[in-house]
Amino acid sequence: MAMEKRVVFRSAWLPYLLLAPQIAITVIFFFWPAFQAGWFSFQLQDAFGLQTEFVGLRNFEELFNDPRYLESFRITAVFSILVSTIGISISLLLATMANRVIHGALGYKTFLIWPYAVASAVAGVIFAFLFAPSVGIITFALKQIGIHWNWVLRGDQAMILVVVASIWKQISYNFLFFLAGLQSVPKSMIEAAAIDGAGPIRRFWTVVFPLLTPTTFFLLVINIVYAFFDTFGVIDATTQGGPAGATNILVYKVYHDGVKSADLGGSSAQSVILMIIVIALTVAQFRFIERKVHY
Amino acid sequence: MRFPVLTATALAVGLLGASAAQAQTEIQWWHSMTGALGDRVNDIANGFNASQKDYKVVPIFKGTYPESMTAAIAAFRAGNAPHILQVFEVGTATMMAAKGAIKPVYVMMKEAKEPFDPKNYLAAVAGYYTDSKGNMLSLPFNSSTPLFYVNKEAFKKAGLDPEKAPKTWAEFAVAAAKLKASGQECVYTTGWPSWVHIENFSAWHNLPIGTKSNGMDGLDTQFKINSPHHVAHIQMLGDYAKKGWFTYSGRTNQGEARFFSGECAMLTSSSAAQGNIRKNAKFDFSVNFLPYHHTIEGAPQNSIIGGATLWVMSGKKPDEYKGVTKFLTYVSKPEVQANWHQGTGYVPITYAAFDLTKSSGFYEKNPGTDMAIRQLNNKAPTTNSKGLRFGNFVQGREVIEEEMESVFAGKKDAKTALDQAVKRGDEILRKFEAANK
Repeated sequence: MAMEKRVVFRSAWLPYLLLAPQIAITVIFFFWPAFQAGWFSFQLQDAFGLQTEFVGLRNFEELFNDPRYLESFRITAVFSILVSTIGISISLLLATMANRVIHGALGYKTFLIWPYAVASAVAGVIFAFLFAPSVGIITFALKQIGIHWNWVLRGDQAMILVVVASIWKQISYNFLFFLAGLQSVPKSMIEAAAIDGAGPIRRFWTVVFPLLTPTTFFLLVINIVYAFFDTFGVIDATTQGGPAGATNILVYKVYHDGVKSADLGGSSAQSVILMIIVIALTVAQFRFIERKVHY
Repeated sequence: MRFPVLTATALAVGLLGASAAQAQTEIQWWHSMTGALGDRVNDIANGFNASQKDYKVVPIFKGTYPESMTAAIAAFRAGNAPHILQVFEVGTATMMAAKGAIKPVYVMMKEAKEPFDPKNYLAAVAGYYTDSKGNMLSLPFNSSTPLFYVNKEAFKKAGLDPEKAPKTWAEFAVAAAKLKASGQECVYTTGWPSWVHIENFSAWHNLPIGTKSNGMDGLDTQFKINSPHHVAHIQMLGDYAKKGWFTYSGRTNQGEARFFSGECAMLTSSSAAQGNIRKNAKFDFSVNFLPYHHTIEGAPQNSIIGGATLWVMSGKKPDEYKGVTKFLTYVSKPEVQANWHQGTGYVPITYAAFDLTKSSGFYEKNPGTDMAIRQLNNKAPTTNSKGLRFGNFVQGREVIEEEMESVFAGKKDAKTALDQAVKRGDEILRKFEAANK
């Protein structure tokens, strides 16, 4: 039994003083806008805020009667599932391979971690150039093998573009965690399995992967939140929710309706709904999926 | 210990400098003009500042039109709005409805006792920004209209007469077939699809875009862009897209690069693109009126403008408004307007500026630069071609463009798409009407 060292604050006000800056930031940048959004979601106002009218749940009703909004739900679900599952799978593969390499290991790991430092908007722009309908290098290569690439017209191609750009950024993050997780797997267990005659793939799926479940679960949560929110930069820099709303994820729709269309009531209602969804998702994940995690 | 002395001297000089500058009233001008256009904006401001000592106009680039409008709305809510704001034409209804946030130009001019006659301004331009009584609410600044650019060398290669650009859509089809046959990969593309093929299409053929004089007479307007003529035109473009005669490039001016790179042989886009095209095209090109359907009676009528105007925000001191008035008068001077027009490709806003440019022989030396104003003045505007005024039209245009995109991608037929566009567009108009009762 380890001895717990407790830090005891003898002063009555010092803890509060030390916490005050963080609490101030949280209140000003998180709680205040959240309350204001909640307040605005019950109002109907013009762009300049000169005339506001309390309309109760009308904004919410209009949202749920709007097929575009329901479509945005579907698109966000598709997008986040694609980004998290493909992202985690690729990073796991890369981490497993990087774990075995001895020569040049540092080089591989550095290059695999590097993209994380790139801002999402920049990642979006890079892929926008690569996949640009007229001048992109990848567009050109695809044309050679007979694929007509024009994401400005085709929604499914636009979705592929933003999914690829988002995954590229997130692979580094997932890779780091998986690598750390792999290195904490006790060598003795792997050797024991090898002695018992298990091949490398069998060893991976029956010994290593179950021990990685805490990491995988953690990354699943992080990736879904990432796909919901942090991919805003990618979408804004490339498709702006188009074409015809094919990449209009919920968080982008909030920005677009609030800022570009000056519909503050509708946009606030959407952000309230988004907040409820993410809270529910996180609670659900911790309650149910945690049960399957082996510690 | 030289450091404190230096700091003290620097401080003193700084304070002296600051107090000297305080004698001038500063006027903040938020705009969205980039590159060469931004330089011209600075030239205008510097010209005004040099011509008098009481006021100093400070032009600030605040981002694209939607970005600067959003910034101004936020600034207004915080009590920090600029004096002058450049707002694009689709923001007109929002600005006009914001009665407490703006100071109408004609009111400001009257209060400052400055002579101001809306009749000095081009009818097609002024009509867009006047209220039902003929009072001008904002000052036209940079207005453009869509034109039809043709690659003369591509025409020669296809066996067409390079000097005879298609005047009608029927002639266009003949040219398109020959261009495609001669191996031209991209025959035609467009910039600003809704502005060109719905809004200007309507005005050019004397068809209404919406009821109540395209929204000018009331907030209870409804879209009328699903008429049989509109459906036929958009369906034509959809069929051309399938045939490879029309390549879609996007919602803004992405098509322009495809034209001046030689990829696409014909282009419809803003008259303000001329400068860029002239700079980059390595081939001979002609600037023409938009094609029209000779089967529609009344065509060609006149086209409507795009671009932006200068709005004056409310809540400033009377002395500052005097300065704003002086600046707006300066901007409307024939020489300033003529210079702006000649350097940019935007149309001259006043008849005086147009006459000045004509008499200087500019149009002879630079063929094609007067096409925009000639197209705007082709005929006296009717209620269908004075302009438009729809609330939340940023959203409205996007809805229209989304539906058009589904036709170009072959996903919907034009009738379904335009009916949907009208339905969704009307919802947006009703929401604006409710919020601005």
